[in-house]
This record gives sequence, structure tokens and C-alpha cells, in this order.
Amino acid sequence: MTVTATKAAPRARTTHRWRQREQLTQWLFVAPAVLYLLAFFGYPAAKNVTMSLQHYSTATFYTGEAPFVGLENYAKIVASTIFTEALLNTVLFTVGSLVGQFVIGMALALFFRRYFPLSGLLRSLLLLPWLLPLVVSGTVWRWILDQDSGVLNETLQAKIPWLTSPSVALLAVVIVNIWVGIPFNTTILYGGLQDIPPELYEAAALDGAGKVNTFRYITWPQLRPVVNVVLVLGVVYTAKVLDLILVITGGGPANATQTIATQSYQLSFQQFDFGQGAAMGDILILLSLVFAVIYLRANRRPA
Amino acid sequence: MRHRWTATTIGIVLIAVMLFPVYWMINASLQPAGTTLQGSWIPFPLDVSGYATAIADQGRNLLTSLVVATGSVVVCLLVAAPAAYGLAQFRIRGSNAVVFGILITQMIPGIVIANALYSVYNDLGLLNSVPGLILADATLGIPFSILIIRAFMQGIPREIVEAGRVDGAGHFRVFRSVIVPVSANALITAGLFTFLFAWSDFLFALTLTTNETVRPITLGIYQYIGAHTNQWNAIMATTVLASIPAAVLLVVAQRYVAAGATGGAVK
Repeated sequence: MTVTATKAAPRARTTHRWRQREQLTQWLFVAPAVLYLLAFFGYPAAKNVTMSLQHYSTATFYTGEAPFVGLENYAKIVASTIFTEALLNTVLFTVGSLVGQFVIGMALALFFRRYFPLSGLLRSLLLLPWLLPLVVSGTVWRWILDQDSGVLNETLQAKIPWLTSPSVALLAVVIVNIWVGIPFNTTILYGGLQDIPPELYEAAALDGAGKVNTFRYITWPQLRPVVNVVLVLGVVYTAKVLDLILVITGGGPANATQTIATQSYQLSFQQFDFGQGAAMGDILILLSLVFAVIYLRANRRPA
Repeated sequence: MRHRWTATTIGIVLIAVMLFPVYWMINASLQPAGTTLQGSWIPFPLDVSGYATAIADQGRNLLTSLVVATGSVVVCLLVAAPAAYGLAQFRIRGSNAVVFGILITQMIPGIVIANALYSVYNDLGLLNSVPGLILADATLGIPFSILIIRAFMQGIPREIVEAGRVDGAGHFRVFRSVIVPVSANALITAGLFTFLFAWSDFLFALTLTTNETVRPITLGIYQYIGAHTNQWNAIMATTVLASIPAAVLLVVAQRYVAAGATGGAVK
């Protein structure tokens, strides 16, 4: 703060003071937000790390004692039979959701790029699944997927145990999550498509490029930065999905839809082992970081 | 010409498929209650008893959600609007770090926040309280709001701010009487989204309330499906009522929604 003041030559002291006051006033605008973010994101993140190293149980809330146990919580979690299953489910859920959302979202974005009557209206209606509360979507889908009276089986004339068989339940939640995520993907990708200069397409048309080649050599490379944002955000948001799974299957049947996120919830708020729950939460953060880094690295090759 | 309408037809079919669950929800909410879950494809004759049951059972929870979501909007705008202005128009040291920090917050799962908040809230007596939920739910809107309001405020010409300053107004005065009115649209958009996020919150409602004193509608629905699976019309009527803010956002702020979806993410 003072560095700039002294650099500005030995001006009058009032100027110096005025500047300091000015800087302070300016900071006052940002300060509440910084404090809020520290209190509601920074502190919980840090506290979560400490809790993961403690034996933090119901008793802690009465006695106030939470002895440090080192990495014991992590060791217990990793050793538990459910961990591998939850980890695998998280990866399958995230990758499955992302691929489905992205491919369908991209197809819709390309479709809506063409101008046709009512396209704007239809595009905004498409946003509804994204805006609905997840509990609402989950509840509606739970009924649609019901084995005996769900409209899906009724239409398919089948008796698929969508939510009660361990082998299909994960697929069912992935399908619902794809449905939830399509609008977000379509919207951002559509925005990206709008930003591609039309001259590029004109040039390609002059060169006689077909649809496939136009997509491959113009649309895809131009869209790349937007694709990266969509997929990285997708990973970060999908890996932590909790409410949808809790509402549709509650993590069951037989832990078939249990993910790291739902498992973290179960440990803390069902089994009241907040230490293990916190450790699971930290693993979740690490996992989404790893996902994001792997994706970004895989795409670093020259265009 | 005919080609264009073909595209429209395909578009309508695609949207109809995508929105089928929404139709099914409304359809089911207008059918009579029954032990058979099977519903017909069209609600005829219309039966609004599901709504009567829903309001009787869940009216209070809807009101709780309304209060909590409104409170979150107030907290969010009070915190986010000045910050967005500061980050957009001042050259403050560390402002890049603040923006980076905001992006990082998106990496932190809600369950991690809830886990830590539960213990703090327990100490502070904020569990089962409306202020506690308001503060927690505001986390869903604040980072997002700062980014979209800032993006808008970066477009405000410096001259407007300077004109106010030359007239002798302090920063806060300029902010209140010049910036806020000019940015009304951005503030409304951010406010609507924050309302929707807070209204849709399930995780904080589930973890930070332990009894029935404060029960948002999302938690109400969750307990409903646990308890009355034979009253699907009432459950669906509740979900329809809980979808009202989403519908309002879609209609009122339609052209901002797409901008909001990308808010700060791409730029």
C-alpha cells in the first residue's frame, strides 16, 4: 500500500492519507464477501481436514472431546468392504453421467443451432429439468421407474426392477442424472457454437467440406475451450451429487448406488461418526481433483 | 420453408420427450388418490384433492422454504453486490486471488460444508433455526452471484462512476444511488437464481435440522415419500407446488437463464 505512495514522490502528506483511506474504502466493498467465503467455505474445508484426523462422535457433542487419531479414520474407511464399491460406483456414476449428458447435450446444441420457427421457445423450455429442485426430479423419476406401476415399464411392457435390483439401480440413477444434466450441457455448448465466427463455415463451404469434415476441422477445435469447461465443471458437480441418489434409491439396494458422497453422508449423519465422514469427504475432494487433472492433462496435446 | 417446419416438428418431439417427467408429475397430481399407483395418461376427470392434501400437510413447509429462500436472497445480495462492484471497478490488490477463491469454492462438496457446519451450528445453537439455514443456503448463491454481477458491472462505463465522484459523493453513495439502479437486471437475475438454489436445497435442510420445528419443503417431500407412498397424487401435487419458483424463473427471467447457466464459468 505504502510502496505506491512513496513511489509517487514526496507529495503532500494529505495525498498519502487520502490514498490510504481510498484503498480502505475500496476494500470495504469486498471484505464482507471475503469474510463470508472464509467462514462458509474456507473454515469448513479446513475443519473437515482436522475432523478427519479426530475421533469425532456423538459423545464429542457432549464432552467436547475429540482425540486425535492420526490417519486411523482413513485406514478404517479404506479397509471397509463398502469403500471399493462406493469408489467404483462414483467413477461409474460420474463417467456415465458425463458421457450421456455431453453426447446428448452436444447433439441438441447442434440441432438448435439451425434457425427454425419456435427454436428459441423450445430451447428455453428445455431448461426446465435443470431448474427443478433435485428432490422434485428424484421423486417424479422414482415413480416413473417403479417396477409395478411405473409408466416406463408400462410403456415398455416390461417388468424391469429399475430401483430394486442391484444390477440395474446404478444405471437407473445415471439415466436420471443424465436427464438432469442435458440442459446445462446444451446451453453452454450452444453458447459456444454461437461464438464461432461464421466466416470459418463460409470458407469451409467454399472449399467443399462436407458436414463431417466441417465438424471435425472447424466446430470441434473451435469449441474445445468450451468443451473443457463443460466437462471439468461436469466432473466437479457430478462427483458430489448426493440428493438425487438419496431420494431415488437411498444408496441401495444393497449399496448398489452408494457413492463416496452418499457414504460420507451416511457415516456422519446416520452412524454419527463425523471423523470418518470427514475423511470420506476429503477423499471426495481429492477424487474430483484427480478426475479434473486427468482430463485436462489428457487434452494437453497440441491441437 | 417446409424444411424449417420439419426441424420444428423434430424439436417439439425432442422437447416433449425431455419434458415428459414434468407432464407426468402434473398429470399425476390431478388424479384421485388411490392404493393403485397406476395413473391414466390424462387426468380426467380432474381431481384437485391432491392439492388440498398437499397444502394441508405441507403448507407450513412451503412457507418455511419461502422465508429461508427470501432470507438467502437478502444475505446474498448484500454480500455479493458490493463485492462484485469492488472486483469489477476497483483495482484492489488481491482481487485476482478473491476471484480464484470463488472458483475454488465450487470444488468443495456440500457434504463437506454440512459436516463441519453441523458441529459449529451445534455449538452456536443454530441447528433447527431459520437464520442458520439462511446463512448456509446463501453459500449456494454467493459465489455464483458475485461472478455474474461482476461480469455485468465490468461493462459499466467508468465515466458514470467518476461523474458521481466528481459531484462529491462517497463510494457508498455512488454505489447506492448510481450503480445499484443501473445494475438492477443483473441483481434481479442473481437474486432469482439464489432464491431457486436456496429453495431447492436439500442437503443443508437434511443435515442442519433435526426436528420438525424448521422444515423446508424439499425435506417435506422426502419424508412424504417415506411415509405415504399410497398418496401419489398428494406427493405429486407437492412437487408441482415446489416447482413454482423454477417455472417463474423460466418465464420471468427467461432470457437471463441461459446467461446465468454459463455465468462466469466460460468467461
